[in-house]
Amino acid sequence: MKLTLKIWRQSGPKGKGLFESHTLDGVSEDSSFLEMLDQLNEQLLGEGKEPVAFDHDCREGICGTCSLTINGHAHGPEDSTTTCQLHMRKFRDGETVTIEPFRAKAFPVVRDLIVDRSAFDRIVQSGGFISVRTGSAPDGNAIPISKVDADDAMDAAACIGCGACVASCKNASAMLFTSAKAAHLNLLPQGQAEKDTRSINMVQAMDEAGFGNCRNYGECSAACPKDISLDYIAKLNRDHAKAKIKKIFS
Amino acid sequence: MFSSSLGKKYLMALTGLVLVGFVFVHMAGNLQVLAGQAQINAYAHSLQSLPWFILWGSRLFLLAAVLIHAWTAYSLIVENRKARPHSNDIEVTKRAGLASLRMGLTGSIILAFIVFHLLHFTIRTIYPEYAEMKTMVGSPDETEIHDAFLMVISGFKQEAVSIFYVVAMALLCAHLAHGFSSVFQSLGIRSESWRSKLDLMGIGYAWLIFIGFSIVPVSVLVQKHGVYETYDPSFFSQEIEQESLSQNPLNNES
Repeated sequence: MKLTLKIWRQSGPKGKGLFESHTLDGVSEDSSFLEMLDQLNEQLLGEGKEPVAFDHDCREGICGTCSLTINGHAHGPEDSTTTCQLHMRKFRDGETVTIEPFRAKAFPVVRDLIVDRSAFDRIVQSGGFISVRTGSAPDGNAIPISKVDADDAMDAAACIGCGACVASCKNASAMLFTSAKAAHLNLLPQGQAEKDTRSINMVQAMDEAGFGNCRNYGECSAACPKDISLDYIAKLNRDHAKAKIKKIFS
Repeated sequence: MFSSSLGKKYLMALTGLVLVGFVFVHMAGNLQVLAGQAQINAYAHSLQSLPWFILWGSRLFLLAAVLIHAWTAYSLIVENRKARPHSNDIEVTKRAGLASLRMGLTGSIILAFIVFHLLHFTIRTIYPEYAEMKTMVGSPDETEIHDAFLMVISGFKQEAVSIFYVVAMALLCAHLAHGFSSVFQSLGIRSESWRSKLDLMGIGYAWLIFIGFSIVPVSVLVQKHGVYETYDPSFFSQEIEQESLSQNPLNNES
């Protein structure tokens, strides 16, 4: 395959970014999108140019490190797929592929396609944990949890924190991420003690990080590689309202 | 309570819910025009003669709902623009419909419509002669009351006005198509199994409101231009002919 790559280049956080075009020949249909970028970087190094900086780690769709907005789609046009699991056979020979970093004020560009997603860490630090010791595996099994609740919590916990929800949202809202991280604890008995403070603090951390407001478009869930449901946003809206009302009367 | 991003969403949802309820009551009230001059005049008179604190209390309550809804929307939009200063080179929309993406536009036009509508039919500054329209038809006693029927028919006989009303109601339909179901999402009263049902209910409700509000201006124009030759003028009411032939606006060629 021969591709024209239109790639965002930016020297640093303060740098003014621009698109740069490269032609890449001999791309295997079986290679992953990141392997294609590796191939481009080999070519750039051979030409004595600076390679393109991009985030990647496990390359098996579970760590949430890879990002990229490919032809306007966070993680590319395939549903339920991270960039690292996207294969070049999904593109046509001779196609122009536009590759941009995840765009949001709360995700400043570090370099080229790498963005700083530590705002997500600050949201988790504000309440995405439980403070009690839950014991070892047998102790965990000693607390009865219904299959329905366990499955629901697991679906929320599937969030890999990649930031595709923010990148695909027209308002750069982090509600899908925040709600998933709150829900997988708020749904389980271990998470009940801190449920109210968690629901308030995580929303506060999200607001302070400069994310936008949810407008119920559903673009986040459509782009999510783990298919996190909009239900969790409704649940966080509910949990947050309950916590605020309880706070008024306490 | 209302300072956080979610707090503002609660305000949007709660004020939106008030307005969702109001448009239905308003529409049901309007449809009494079809039942005749006596019916709509008596209804309008009964509203006007409510105790002042109920009348003005509900007016201020509705006005506050509109203003809070509009101001909160404005502040949310400003924040959202700041949150995403750089848009994508290729902007892809996978799921959101046009109605949901254009809530700000439809909302702004509806707000302008509300101002026009209040000046037109409620405060009556655009056509001060509307305030002079008095009749005995529909009056509960022997006194003259405001002729709401004549005012509505005169108002909608102007094509530009009727078209503006119908267009505004179409935009309200689009606004409700996203707004109705969003109320439930923003307040967290929604689950996956109810999601599609509430979305459908929202769309159904939006169409109901659009059709319900558009019937009156469309009927007036249809009659004025004689679109249906077999149209029976008594459609609006028998009472007009019997009681107020002299000032029946439907018989006047404008």
